[in-house]
Amino acid sequence: MARIDLVDLAQSYSGNDADPESFALKPISMTWRQGGAYALLGPSGCGKTTLLNLISGIVTPTRGQILFDGKDITPLSTQKRNIAQVFQFPVIYDTMTVGENLAFPLKNRGVPKAQIDARVAEISELLDLTPYLGRKATRLTPDAKQKISLGRGLVRSDVAAVLFDEPLTVIDPALKWELRSKLKALHRALDLTMIYVTHDQTEALTFADTVVVMHDGRVVQSGTPQELFDKPAHTFVGYFIGSPGMNIVPAEVSGREARIGGHVIALQRSYDRMSADATIEIGIRPEFVHVATPAPGLLQAQVERVDDLGRISFARVRIGGVKFAARVPQGFSIVGSEVGLVFDPGRVHVYADSRLVEGTA
Amino acid sequence: MMDKTVNQKAWFLVLPVFLIVAFSAVLPLMTVVNYSVQDTFGNNQFFWNGVGWFKELLDPSSDLGGRFYASLARNLAFSAIILAIEVPLGILVALSMPRDGWRVAACLVILALPLLIPWNVVGTIWQIFGRPDIGLLGYTLNHMGIDYNYVSNEFDAWATVIVMDVWHWTSLVALLCYAGLKSIPDAYYQAAQIDGASRWAVFRAIQLPKLNRVLLIGVLLRFMDSFMIYTEPFVVTGGGPGNSTTFVSIELVKIALGQFDLGKAAALSLVYNIIVLIVCWIFYTVMTNVGVDHTKREGAV
Repeated sequence: MARIDLVDLAQSYSGNDADPESFALKPISMTWRQGGAYALLGPSGCGKTTLLNLISGIVTPTRGQILFDGKDITPLSTQKRNIAQVFQFPVIYDTMTVGENLAFPLKNRGVPKAQIDARVAEISELLDLTPYLGRKATRLTPDAKQKISLGRGLVRSDVAAVLFDEPLTVIDPALKWELRSKLKALHRALDLTMIYVTHDQTEALTFADTVVVMHDGRVVQSGTPQELFDKPAHTFVGYFIGSPGMNIVPAEVSGREARIGGHVIALQRSYDRMSADATIEIGIRPEFVHVATPAPGLLQAQVERVDDLGRISFARVRIGGVKFAARVPQGFSIVGSEVGLVFDPGRVHVYADSRLVEGTA
Repeated sequence: MMDKTVNQKAWFLVLPVFLIVAFSAVLPLMTVVNYSVQDTFGNNQFFWNGVGWFKELLDPSSDLGGRFYASLARNLAFSAIILAIEVPLGILVALSMPRDGWRVAACLVILALPLLIPWNVVGTIWQIFGRPDIGLLGYTLNHMGIDYNYVSNEFDAWATVIVMDVWHWTSLVALLCYAGLKSIPDAYYQAAQIDGASRWAVFRAIQLPKLNRVLLIGVLLRFMDSFMIYTEPFVVTGGGPGNSTTFVSIELVKIALGQFDLGKAAALSLVYNIIVLIVCWIFYTVMTNVGVDHTKREGAV
């Protein structure tokens, strides 16, 4: 168990001299606290698996250092780092029983037999694997195999962190829910630092207390699920998290007003001295803007279709050329192809070159 | 539901295959069966002998039976020895082969070379290589004070034949194993690294189980080939010294073409054939069962 610090860590698969923009992981510095449940969230190719493999030691960093409790472990091999990792596809040892699979990481490290048995019993109990301990690990369903992989990751009590690399990809949706809540429960029960890589926001938001959103080799925001939802630090976070994602509309902002094509939207905070050559956009989540009958004070939009998600409906509209989603209030029915949009001023964020601008009160 | 149309004309489509198989396999085999139950004193005159030849063949106290069992024992011993050497050696070679880069291609070509040489040429190479007077190996060994002569010494003859087979065929096992190793996903090695597995544990827990199937195929091929071996030992030792390297196939040729005992030879070749078929069947059953194990799913955990 340890606190993990990344100091100016970067990875390039084409060498240190390559163009910094081509780095799979651009230099980052951050701290993972002991016992935290983290999710690394981002689309495919954003560098999240690279970051994970750097921490576990499968990949050696091009630059920077990794510290476990302040001790530099960058040059150490995976074996010496005391890290557990669970991979996307289940890795099981075919010739061994389920129990032997779980005991393997402990046996390799020369843990006494009695201790191994106790720990295997504990982990298999948590994962509901106890009835299958004596059975050959081959010929099991993929989710059972992945449970064994998870078990092998969790069986060592002294690991610095347990890393999960999209471990639920191969699992059926129904079982995904079950395993995900199981992981959450395991985190509480075992007090291990866990880092969970995924491109599925639901997985990330349900599992983690801190979600680290990555985009194009950079960490764009790290915070609680609530923070990511309420205050995306980057337009990418805005539309990547949430379903549908945040609306991003080019606008002119000055003072407490934002202008979209001549129409004025009130802002709660004041934005002065906006950089002249930055691209200014405003962002608002579809949950906080709703459609209404067109009226003179409202921004007009053309309705394309309505997505009924059951509890809530979103209208997909267009403002000029920009796609936009807005909540349809219950009982409201859209007449014609034109609607007006009502904004919640407290929820409108302003972005300059994709980054959040904090206004003044 | 519509009734199925009955149309016996479809049999005509099978007829060509039937004819080809009949002419290429069934008829020749039946000729052998025919010989095996008859005796002849030449002049194309045949006498009915029933199962007489088979009785004699399977009776160890008769001359024919004695020769058959002795050569069979030699053949099984030979197969066992070369399997015991070639399989572990092949695995070892495959494990130490490079994973990528130009060296892979170089290794593959070098390994494939012995496999491409015609069998009687392999025999000739080793026949000359081992000669004490002009052969590089034989000359060197004798000069080092080792009395090596595969023509007069039984042990030397066996050693030569075995080393020759290992030289010729280990590549096959190695190439099969290499293909098997290549198909193991990287995640397995990474997981093993994280689980702290030693090199030996990686071999036992990951590589060997994944090589299971290719090894079965390799063992089958090598067993059948070595069990039916004829050309190479015949060229090198001619079955000698004495009868010490006379394997079943060499014995068979001696009886059929040397003594022209067609009945005995036919009985021997049928029994030989049946042994080969049984071994093949056993391997086939084992292999298909291994395959079933991987696809069958027994309930969820």
